[in-house]
Amino acid sequence: MLDLINVSYDTQIPNNVGLSSDKRVLKALEKWHPGYINWWNDLIPDNFQQSLVYLRTAVSVDPKGWAKFDYVKMPEYRWGVLLAPQVEDRTIPCGEHAGEAAWQEVPGEYRAMLRRLIVIQGDTEPASVEQQRFLGKTAPSLYDLRNLFQVNVEEGRHLWAMVYLLHKYFGRDGREEADDLLRRSSGSEEAPRMLGAFNEETPDWLSFFMFTYFTDRDGKMQLESLAQSGFDPLSRTCRFMLTEEAHHMFVGETGVGRTIQATCEAMVKAGIEDPYDTDAIRALGVIDLPTIQKKLNLHYTLSLDLFGQEVSTNAANAFNAGIKGRYMESRIDDDHKLHGDTYEVWDFEDGKLVRKEVPALTAINMRLRDDYTRDASGGVGRWNKIIEKTGIDFQMKLPHESFNRKIGVFADKLFDPDGKLLTGAEYDAGMPDWLPTHADGDFIQSLMVPVYEPGQYASWIAPPKVGIDNKPGDFEYVKLHMA
Amino acid sequence: MNKPVKQHLIDPEICIRCYTCEMTCPIGAITHDDNNVVVDAARCNFCMDCIPVCPTGSIDEWRIVNEPYSLDEQFGWSELPPQEEIAADGDGADTSIEAFDDAIAALLAEAHSGAGGKARAPASAAKPSINLYNLAKPAEATVTGNFRLTSEDGDSDVRHIILDFGATPFPVLEGQSIGIIPPGTDEKGEAHLPRLYSVSSPRDGERPNYNNVSLTVKREPNGVCSNHVCDLKPGDTVRVTGPFGSTFLLPSDSGAHLMMICTGTGSAPFRAFTMRRQRENPRLKDTMSLYFGARTPEDLPYFGPLKKVPESFMKKVFAFSRQPESPKNYVQDKLRENADDVAALMRNPDGYIYICGLKAMEHGVEEALSDIARSAGLVWTEVRDTMRDDGRYHVETY
Repeated sequence: MLDLINVSYDTQIPNNVGLSSDKRVLKALEKWHPGYINWWNDLIPDNFQQSLVYLRTAVSVDPKGWAKFDYVKMPEYRWGVLLAPQVEDRTIPCGEHAGEAAWQEVPGEYRAMLRRLIVIQGDTEPASVEQQRFLGKTAPSLYDLRNLFQVNVEEGRHLWAMVYLLHKYFGRDGREEADDLLRRSSGSEEAPRMLGAFNEETPDWLSFFMFTYFTDRDGKMQLESLAQSGFDPLSRTCRFMLTEEAHHMFVGETGVGRTIQATCEAMVKAGIEDPYDTDAIRALGVIDLPTIQKKLNLHYTLSLDLFGQEVSTNAANAFNAGIKGRYMESRIDDDHKLHGDTYEVWDFEDGKLVRKEVPALTAINMRLRDDYTRDASGGVGRWNKIIEKTGIDFQMKLPHESFNRKIGVFADKLFDPDGKLLTGAEYDAGMPDWLPTHADGDFIQSLMVPVYEPGQYASWIAPPKVGIDNKPGDFEYVKLHMA
Repeated sequence: MNKPVKQHLIDPEICIRCYTCEMTCPIGAITHDDNNVVVDAARCNFCMDCIPVCPTGSIDEWRIVNEPYSLDEQFGWSELPPQEEIAADGDGADTSIEAFDDAIAALLAEAHSGAGGKARAPASAAKPSINLYNLAKPAEATVTGNFRLTSEDGDSDVRHIILDFGATPFPVLEGQSIGIIPPGTDEKGEAHLPRLYSVSSPRDGERPNYNNVSLTVKREPNGVCSNHVCDLKPGDTVRVTGPFGSTFLLPSDSGAHLMMICTGTGSAPFRAFTMRRQRENPRLKDTMSLYFGARTPEDLPYFGPLKKVPESFMKKVFAFSRQPESPKNYVQDKLRENADDVAALMRNPDGYIYICGLKAMEHGVEEALSDIARSAGLVWTEVRDTMRDDGRYHVETY
């Protein structure tokens, strides 16, 4: 009998989808595999490839087996194809087919739409590894270095997950799309990644933490809605990916939190009360809170753009087709069809921002973005608790969603972080206080020095409260290979 | 008054509200509001499915409470409450309930009484699962091996038993015990109570990544359970309760120096400790020592395999009390011979002492430790109490 829980190692590609008896797909994946390994090897600096990293690998997709920790050399990481267990008698959760049996094969009429969604999702996975490729050289600790690599190998696995779907269900087109996922590259002139935010570089560790907090959270929301797909293999793939994505959220939230912690502690120790006493604070080797707020403004707003237009027929079609659901679709108490329902979105009328009811079906993106904002604001509240505990008078906050936008109703107009419409001159005057300047970037860059001693941390970041896998504080998360 | 219970909680300061635990919980015991993710004490059955899926470690929090915190209380928290003072044996806070069954808790309390106070787990020990299976709902295991460890002509019949749990989850840590329920009834016609055996295999299985455990069992004359276990054949099934015990555990800290003192089948937990460290950290040097007493080498369980463990990984000192033409030697004699090592360990803030075996060994060992302390200018009862309160002194004797 096919074992669909435990990972099988009888092919080169660990999997729980019975690859060894699916010769066509196995052959296609084996053909794709060397290109993937080349991509990985070209990307990560060689001394890290040779280092032993304390990583978790899934040996099965049930709770007991999916987090086995051990030292691994990254090129030997067992990237595999892992789908969450099939739910018996699962039905399509939304749209015009709601209640019908979930599709186990691609429904012909939605083939192009599905392929496009899978390709877009797949394109983001390797992109973030590309964006983060140089960070290892300035890791503030072995603990953080390990977390970076865990994120990287899992993004690599997520690419595998999407490539499997392309190979298995989309024939020749799928194979070509899978090849293109390795051909495009973040920031490239001739073949950039598909979404804007994935072509920006990740220049420093605070950007990395902000990216994992805000941009990976968009990924999480997209995965959540694809996990609701009526196309069952996509749903199962995304459900398993979400358990891994949670780690990326963790890296982001605690990374920013620890940065804030180090700043506040240093301020208290030095007796500095004014959070805007920038030079004095920076002299302590920590990042001042207003600069952290500026980074937050940047990454939050870039991530909002990833949700697309507020009113979108593509999103309506995907929902109506049952290809993509809403966040936590199964927990929403309505008819899951949205005929006749409305949803409130931002619009711009007579030079003013207004809230406007539109058909709920066309506002799927907006709804997901609102869910995202709610989800993202939780961590900001917890960061503020860290500040509050140290007695410093400062609060982080999410800027208004109109600020710094390039896509949707706010694009081409200028707003401040409170959502006030500005003239060009006002905007230019305020910018240095709202978004990181070159000088801010240079300062942060000056703090990016590697700390590779077990248990030691760079000045600008506090140690974590709990070790990975319950390890003690001085655990050697990465045994560095010294060439 | 209610009996104190162990409650599963989530640390709101560390949790990132990813809700992975909530999605994973097979019985819907985890829920959230806008503020917190919380565990319903009335539902949680300690299956531990949520533990490995948590990216933060915030899920691994436990409190001993007289009255479980309600969902509403937990929703309101911004940090975990401290462990409240629970009167247990009249000596203050108890963060380490060893078992929920009164009978088994009493057995373990008696076994640990030689430590001279409330036992505490090593600070870096992994969090144990306890009482996943009980008399009313035992786990079933299949015997996959039964090997005699002592020579056929030796005085004692000690056996290495391997039990496989198949698809039944049975997470057990080195140093924990499991209960075996002998079949049949006693003279009053009532079902036999389980007998406790310390596991002798590490947490990832007798064979790595197999869901199996090994036990080290000595056949006792007229022993209902030991004869049952020693006579088991591959393919037989047994009913198992547990796991039990939450203090006699291995520190995860690889910098911990362990001194292990045992006689006979008291070696079981130390075999598990040694295997765990060998699998996890095979290159450790000079951080473990074993003082092992038996009548003769033929009577000493695992004598052969033990000799293969490199001396640099674990220093091994054997004491034989019935060697022809040799003076009688007990573990306490060997401790005295190595007084410098023992005193150094007492002074080491990363030093751990474990004693396991028959009640009869306790007195002699304690006397030796006391003498060694005195000649090193230390007061043993003070050293012992400090180490014990630190989770670094452990006694389990029957």
